[in-house]
Amino acid sequence: MAPVATPFFFYLFAAIMLIGGILVITRRNPVHSAVALIVTLLAQASIYLMLYAPFVAGVQIILYAGGIMVLFLFVIMLVSIDRSLRERQFNSQWLIGLIAALALGGLFIAVYLKGKNIFPERPLSIMESDNTQRVATLLYGQYMFAFEIASLLLLVAIIGAVVMAKRRI
Amino acid sequence: MDSILRYIQSYLDPRVKVSPGAAGNMFWVLVYIMLVFAGLSVAVIAMNWLERKILAHMQVRLGPMRVGPHGLLQPIADAIKLLLKEDLMPAAADSVIFWCAPFVVVLAAFTVFVVVPFGPAHAITDMNIGILFMLGVSSLSVLGIVMAGWASNSHYPLIGALRSSAQMVSYEIAMGLAVISAVLMTSLNTSGTGTLSMIGIVQAQQAQGVWFVFKFFPLGLIAFFIFAVSMVAETNRAPFDLAEAESELTAGFHTEYSGFRWSLFFLAEYSAMIAVSSIAVTLWLGGWLRPFPNSLTGNLWNLIFSLVPGATFLFLGALCFFNAARMPKHPLFRIQTIGLAGFGVVLALIGLILFVPAVSIRVQDIFWFSAKVAAFMYLYIWYRGTFPRYRFDQLMQMGWKVLLPMGLGVLVLTATAGLWPIIEHTLWHP
Amino acid sequence: MESLLHISTLHYLVLGAALFLLGVIGVLTRRNVVIVLMSIELILNAVNLNLVAFSRMWGGMHGQVFAIFVITDAAAEAAVGLGILIAFFRNKETVNVDEVNLLKW
Repeated sequence: MAPVATPFFFYLFAAIMLIGGILVITRRNPVHSAVALIVTLLAQASIYLMLYAPFVAGVQIILYAGGIMVLFLFVIMLVSIDRSLRERQFNSQWLIGLIAALALGGLFIAVYLKGKNIFPERPLSIMESDNTQRVATLLYGQYMFAFEIASLLLLVAIIGAVVMAKRRI
Repeated sequence: MDSILRYIQSYLDPRVKVSPGAAGNMFWVLVYIMLVFAGLSVAVIAMNWLERKILAHMQVRLGPMRVGPHGLLQPIADAIKLLLKEDLMPAAADSVIFWCAPFVVVLAAFTVFVVVPFGPAHAITDMNIGILFMLGVSSLSVLGIVMAGWASNSHYPLIGALRSSAQMVSYEIAMGLAVISAVLMTSLNTSGTGTLSMIGIVQAQQAQGVWFVFKFFPLGLIAFFIFAVSMVAETNRAPFDLAEAESELTAGFHTEYSGFRWSLFFLAEYSAMIAVSSIAVTLWLGGWLRPFPNSLTGNLWNLIFSLVPGATFLFLGALCFFNAARMPKHPLFRIQTIGLAGFGVVLALIGLILFVPAVSIRVQDIFWFSAKVAAFMYLYIWYRGTFPRYRFDQLMQMGWKVLLPMGLGVLVLTATAGLWPIIEHTLWHP
Repeated sequence: MESLLHISTLHYLVLGAALFLLGVIGVLTRRNVVIVLMSIELILNAVNLNLVAFSRMWGGMHGQVFAIFVITDAAAEAAVGLGILIAFFRNKETVNVDEVNLLKW
């Protein structure tokens, strides 16, 4: 099935992501930033669907938007104090940070302008109906070791977070 | 103009046997979306009435009787009242988040229905990751609840939201494990490949000739039981409704919401109930398949089962006539008697239309799917009328210490049972 | 105009780079720790977008598998980072990054 109106959807979701990103870094209230980040993550899941990666899109919705952002909202509700909403929002070295980030942006632009012809023309392939199966074949075959290490990493992270957030060890 | 008509007609070609999303036909996708939306709204209205009547009859009282005949117009009266109520917002509430929260919950509850399979070609679309999409989008409602509790800027909603969301997140894990057990069973097809797509799961049950609730007995049954309990906890319904019970926390996270905003939460709750029931029906109870699809075959049995939809509606119409005859013979009750008789006539007409073979063939799958989901809705109401409420720590203990280990055990045992021929071959015939 | 309409890999890479820049600006300029952590999530998402775009270009699934691992790591790191934040907040009652200065001479 050939994609329909791809440029329109790409620019729509790209605009949503960029506006959401700008809102994340400029809002005074951290809850507003978290909601903007949720919108950005959901738009990114849509872009994953456009890139014919439905499994990664599903994982993004479940883990990122439905798990990590719930964690963020819980912690914001625990540590958000009204005093912090009236203080200065930006660092004392915000100008240096901005200049450094813009220098990085200039580097990106230079790289992409110089190398934009090395990307091959993307062949129009049909939407794979076995994307999950192919990802699973790789995940449990070639990357089995990394998979097990990732689960161990999650175990260590759970124990570490519980130990650090407890009142009395 | 001609090409538009041809585009619309191209989907009606009898050779097309996939959902409109998979066929790429945008017009019919929109038509199906509107049909599902309308059907869902009717279902929520019916659920409102059914819940009050059935709960009342379980408690040996009558329920709403005044508004229409036997309270049939009560949901409409409720809707009008909610629409006309004053729209309050607490003064110190975060207005943006307060406004967004019911929107997020309704979005999460309704988007799930994009992949629900009412038949082999009767879904809006058939995503490759159907069940993953449903689980993921229904977990977005936790965000809406947290936002609602936080934005109300008051103690009861905040505690209610924290409890609600902790409960939902805990039971999502048990739900996920039960779902994985069912998806594992789809990989025992002749092709050897499992599938996450909702239509594929029902077709796997059809190919293997057994509903997954009866497969590897009792493993399928235990997985179904884990999911049935988790789905009630996931939708914050009795007996897991501590977070929104009036005697505990006023009304939990939607205390400060009134009028139309509250009705959005209410709509989202019933839609979420129907959505998780659809998951349970698709994964374990054979989706749109009629009972005994492989053992009771033949023209006679097909004929008998195809008469069931029409017979059901005729029975409901007969019930209406019976109750209309039992109404008090007083001139003030004349309007109600006529109304009930008219409603009975409409139901009987629908039943007669469903006897026509052309309609009956097309409606079979949708009817069986809806009948199974309706059975789950009755179970929801039955639980509410029967079980006492769980205390919050008992609730969390059951989610983490009982259902999660059970889910893990069922998963490992299902995998072992599925691979048993290979294991046996390796161990005893190397 | 034609290159703007035909969405190629470069489009996705530029979008990823823009998100990365926004995340870097957020990390370098904000005082609130939670918003810094959210900017780090933005950076990780930009990297994921690059990975999946290249996976689409080459046709193999390796980029998507790597993206799944990155999402898993982001979850673990967010949990640990927020745990540190809660422990710190309990001690000093502030959520500003530049008040973590007990060792400053």
